[in-house]
Amino acid sequence: MKEIKVLGTGCAKCTKTIEVIAKIATELNVDVHVIKETDPEVIMGYGVMSTPAVIIDEVNVHSGSIPHRQEIELWLQQ
Amino acid sequence: MFEVFTDLATWLVVDVFGLSKATKLGDALHFFIEDTTKIFFLLLVMIYVIALIRASINVERVRDYLADKHKGVGYILGSSFGAITPFCSCSSIPVFLGFTSAGIPVGITMSFLITSPLINEVAVLLLLSLLGWKFTLLYVVVGMSVGILGGIFLDAIRAERWLQSFAAKALERGQKASSTVQSKQVESLSLKERHTFAKEEMLEIFGRVWKWVIIGVGLGSALHGFVPDGWIEEHLGNGQWWSVPSAVLLGIPLYSNATGVIPVMESLIKQGLPIGTTLAFCMSTVAASFPEFILLKQVMQWRLLVVLFALLLVAFTLIGWIFNYLTPFI
Repeated sequence: MKEIKVLGTGCAKCTKTIEVIAKIATELNVDVHVIKETDPEVIMGYGVMSTPAVIIDEVNVHSGSIPHRQEIELWLQQ
Repeated sequence: MFEVFTDLATWLVVDVFGLSKATKLGDALHFFIEDTTKIFFLLLVMIYVIALIRASINVERVRDYLADKHKGVGYILGSSFGAITPFCSCSSIPVFLGFTSAGIPVGITMSFLITSPLINEVAVLLLLSLLGWKFTLLYVVVGMSVGILGGIFLDAIRAERWLQSFAAKALERGQKASSTVQSKQVESLSLKERHTFAKEEMLEIFGRVWKWVIIGVGLGSALHGFVPDGWIEEHLGNGQWWSVPSAVLLGIPLYSNATGVIPVMESLIKQGLPIGTTLAFCMSTVAASFPEFILLKQVMQWRLLVVLFALLLVAFTLIGWIFNYLTPFI
């Protein structure tokens, strides 16, 4: 099972990002576990400054906006 | 160039709704339609154009750039970048920590963060179209000065003592490893990428601010149409000394971003409220808000938060007094 972390200090876009990823995962029938990470210390640890950011397998794959559908599909299909 | 919006408003109010511009309602509605259509038009066009130009600036690059700058210019640069770099206020905590862990002094980071809500392209644009270039220039200079002087002051009192411990440690680590600036390869953007970025920015910012414009202009038109002519001028027009601190205090619980407050400024100034009092009120509304300060608690101790808050309030009051005093000479 894929573990995806969404980093953000509770802004509207971060919540939206989680929803979008979960929705597309259901559509593609991929089993994922989406975690919301709001602790500033942890976010700093990933070196992220623009939220929402997406971390997959401890790698920062995206930051600063709600990711596009194509990007999410690509991550999920890997 | 903007007459078309006046004509549109006149046509709608007089011909379509059948109201006379001499009535209070007609007058207020005219003001509302003229301002919202004008502002919406300007926003859409100008956000796109500006985003095309600044597509390659982001907080990461600003951090890398500031990290190895001398302190003296650091405050000025920090404040300038605050004015031109787009970032959502919900990112202030990660930005603060990102700067801090790169070893950038707290004062320079705060120059960036204080200036950012006060000055941005939307604010400048609205000021230019509603209040003219002189006032715009004044506003930008004053906003940047607050950021720069505020940053210098915070470093002078060694504000880093009052960070939360994990942030203080990150700062220490960052300063020791002085040149670990992880400079990513600077990718230059193609025109098509710039266009995509600009289009997304335009929709994103517009989607975020349109309601502020409506609220702001709505309040502005209510003031314009329903506060009796001369009332504000008569009661507050002399720039009585107490009116400035009162305006600042009034601005604290009122929270708005610059987009919403500028149409209100326009209306207040036209009604005869002195420039200093208006500036003080608006800056306090935009930059001193409780929700934002509560967020900062995650990285700062109470003492620093209180100092920062007091610093802003004192700064805005001084600005108000100085401008009220200087108005006759401008």
